[in-house]
Amino acid sequence: MSRPSRPQPSEGKRPRRIDPLRLLLPALVFLAGIGAWEGYVRAAAVPPYILPAPSLIARTMVADWTLLWGSLLTTLTTTILGLGLAVVGGVALAVLLSLSRIVEYSLYPFAVVLQVTPVIAIAPLLLIYMPQDAAVLACAWLVAFFPVLSNTMLGLQSVDRNLLELFDLYGTSPSQTVRSRLRSRLKALWILRRPAALPPFLAGLRIAGGLSLIGAVVAEMAAGSAGAGSGLAYRIIESQYRLNIPRLFAALVLLALTGVALFLLLSALSHLALRRWHESALSSET
Amino acid sequence: MQEPPATLLRLQGVSKVFANGVTALRDLGFEIRTGEFLSLVGPSGCGKSTALRLIAGIAKPTSGTVEWAGAEATDHRSEIGFVFQEPTLMPWANVADNVWLPLRLRGVSRRDAMKRIHESLALVGLDDFAEAYPRELSGGMKMRVSIARALSLRPRLLLMDEPFGALDEITRFRLNDDLLRLKRDLGCTVVFVTHSIYESAYLSTRILVMSPRPGRVIAEIPGAASAPRDADFRTSVGYAELCGTVSKALAASATGDAA
Repeated sequence: MSRPSRPQPSEGKRPRRIDPLRLLLPALVFLAGIGAWEGYVRAAAVPPYILPAPSLIARTMVADWTLLWGSLLTTLTTTILGLGLAVVGGVALAVLLSLSRIVEYSLYPFAVVLQVTPVIAIAPLLLIYMPQDAAVLACAWLVAFFPVLSNTMLGLQSVDRNLLELFDLYGTSPSQTVRSRLRSRLKALWILRRPAALPPFLAGLRIAGGLSLIGAVVAEMAAGSAGAGSGLAYRIIESQYRLNIPRLFAALVLLALTGVALFLLLSALSHLALRRWHESALSSET
Repeated sequence: MQEPPATLLRLQGVSKVFANGVTALRDLGFEIRTGEFLSLVGPSGCGKSTALRLIAGIAKPTSGTVEWAGAEATDHRSEIGFVFQEPTLMPWANVADNVWLPLRLRGVSRRDAMKRIHESLALVGLDDFAEAYPRELSGGMKMRVSIARALSLRPRLLLMDEPFGALDEITRFRLNDDLLRLKRDLGCTVVFVTHSIYESAYLSTRILVMSPRPGRVIAEIPGAASAPRDADFRTSVGYAELCGTVSKALAASATGDAA
């Protein structure tokens, strides 16, 4: 019988070439924006406590680096720890909910309530009941938790129905005790649902990364207005009180860079994990 | 010279009512004989696929029985291969791991299964593709992998649910011939659901025509005698007559239902 020919080895493994314009154009727009800002501040002689020039912000960044670096580390630790706990909790709960309908019906509505309540409203409460560090962490965890939970659940449920039937055909043992049912569900979870859930989980992780940072910032601000704290958001509040606007901007720049770095890191992770098989990780040329 | 082939499996008075109240099958009864190529032909929605699922044991009949002849063993699942309408491959796993799935579910380790995986892939002409991922394959090749997976347990009974419906005609003809060769080599029994009259006439040793929903068997047509199936057969008078017979039976089923 005729054999189909072997696929080209290069197919799908071609190094992705990025159009240089896609890097050049945003860089140009960015530089133009900074230039216009600098020019305007100088020409109109805007005082630095209203709008500092980019050059002054850069100088402040260097001058206050020790202080800002310490704050950055604090916020980063909270963000990453919050994200990590959200992943552990979100995935664990999603698996639990997917294994048992009873658990799903009893708990899922509360997860939604937790999500739709604006977390900034919870932050002051958390600060009453917990030490400040723990409250900030809890806040970051709370906002990052839901996207992980809901996306993982979606993924666990999105297995091809025919594959599950195949699983029923070959996998389940004919005895229908609770124990054997649980065992076959765990088997399906591992062989079918876990890989199927990976792409939505990673998408959720990317969202959760950004949200975890937001949660940390919100909680730090709530804590900061009470006059305590050491993270970047606290520096922002403090700088505002002291009219040290250049430092406020410097802290803001660091926060933005943190968000970008987090996003790029999680995107790279997602690409690495999915590049062999998932559409989202394939270049459009193939 | 031949004694009539033994019955492998028998459906008696089978009805299936879905949870939403739709009666898919009513009083369906037929037998599957060892070694035959049995086609179920009928209009779409007549319950052909449901019948196949009942035979596989994936679904349970509302009433009636699906009985394996002979042995009293209740677990026949390792004797069944199932091929769906779509290839239904795991996109995250390469071809070898996809073919491994039924063996894996029966508790065979990847190492022990490797020989069988490669044999199965060789049967469908894809042994060079063990490391490829489904997205790298054409539609016809994916279907071959799906067939290799169904064959990995060396089933006595191969159930196929419109497996070639989504393929172009050239690929379809080639897979038809491959399927007949596989059946001959492996000596398994095939139950083949299709809505293509031509496909059923080409492949089958026996054709069952089903009525629109609720489905039951309204005609049994013997397939062409053991003429070799090739391009000549496709243009032969016997083949054309057989297609005509099946076609008329189908038309009669439609009008009979309307009356």
